[in-house]
Amino acid sequence: MNEQNPSVGTYILVFMALLVLAALTTGIAYVDLGPFNTVIALAIAVLKMTLIGLFFMHLWYTRGLTRIVVLAGFFWLALMISFTLADVFTRPWINTPGP
Amino acid sequence: MATPIRSTSMSESAASPLAVPPRESVHSASPALHHQFEDIEQQRDAGNFGMWVFLATEMLFFGGVFTGYIIYRSLYYSGFAAGSHGLEIDLGAAMMFVLLASSFTMAMAVHAAREGKHRPLIGFLTATIILGVAFLGMKFTEYFHKWQEHMVPGLNFHPALENLRGAPERTVELFMCFYFFMTGLHALHMIIGIGLLTVMAILAWRRKLSSENYNRVEVSGLYWHFVDIIWIYLFPLLYLIGGRYK
Repeated sequence: MNEQNPSVGTYILVFMALLVLAALTTGIAYVDLGPFNTVIALAIAVLKMTLIGLFFMHLWYTRGLTRIVVLAGFFWLALMISFTLADVFTRPWINTPGP
Repeated sequence: MATPIRSTSMSESAASPLAVPPRESVHSASPALHHQFEDIEQQRDAGNFGMWVFLATEMLFFGGVFTGYIIYRSLYYSGFAAGSHGLEIDLGAAMMFVLLASSFTMAMAVHAAREGKHRPLIGFLTATIILGVAFLGMKFTEYFHKWQEHMVPGLNFHPALENLRGAPERTVELFMCFYFFMTGLHALHMIIGIGLLTVMAILAWRRKLSSENYNRVEVSGLYWHFVDIIWIYLFPLLYLIGGRYK
């Protein structure tokens, strides 16, 4: 249970990676990639979130229970979004009024 | 908070027939340990666990707005793209860099707290607070620009035609509603976070934090990183709709 803790070097490395990713996400907005602009921007956001979660928020070093809480949060978030979208986007199929 | 409650509760329970003999633990002497916990490690785990449960509820709290955003963006894409192109991307990107830097200084503050180093702890907390205030300053600068462009729904919404960029006015208004609500909710969390960190800095200044009871700094840090992560999503979702290449 007693974790080893990240070193200052790890923090600096993660911070540098975050800066590069932030610059990348801004730069890519000026390149025409069609629908992939949004996909790539969100993929970079997920990557940045993962880096912050694992290292700045110590999920990499923590025990199982905390990780389960995080996964539970994502699970309910996915339920909320997917069920709501499943409702809204299928309404035209049976001619139900939209939002 | 740091009173040795443990010793009195132990002597009381010793009188009971069901008394458990006092545990001889290296930690039981620590004044930072609250009586309901076995040791410092368990107390810290409980604190972190509680904060993570709260953050899970915060995910759903923000998630509701994100869900609405997805639906209306797909329904009124042109209005959302027009509103997004009216936002200042350099300001949004600068806010992103400032927040990432504040997350780094926050992580360093927790690191310093764990090692019981007072001066670096106060320094990194102050740096984090300053970066947070800088973020809010830029945020409110942008709000002010939106006010000048008459792009504030409900209060001051009669934008010039070029700010609509050919999209129906009501859909741009809807985007601005999402913009103000999402960034406003985020800014509220920043203000709360700055308040928390100010309390931590004062506690550190008064030498109320040690390498044993730095958990308050740790959970404040978790909260701060969470608010940073929200901006990581808000930036592409609000500022980068449809790209900037046109």
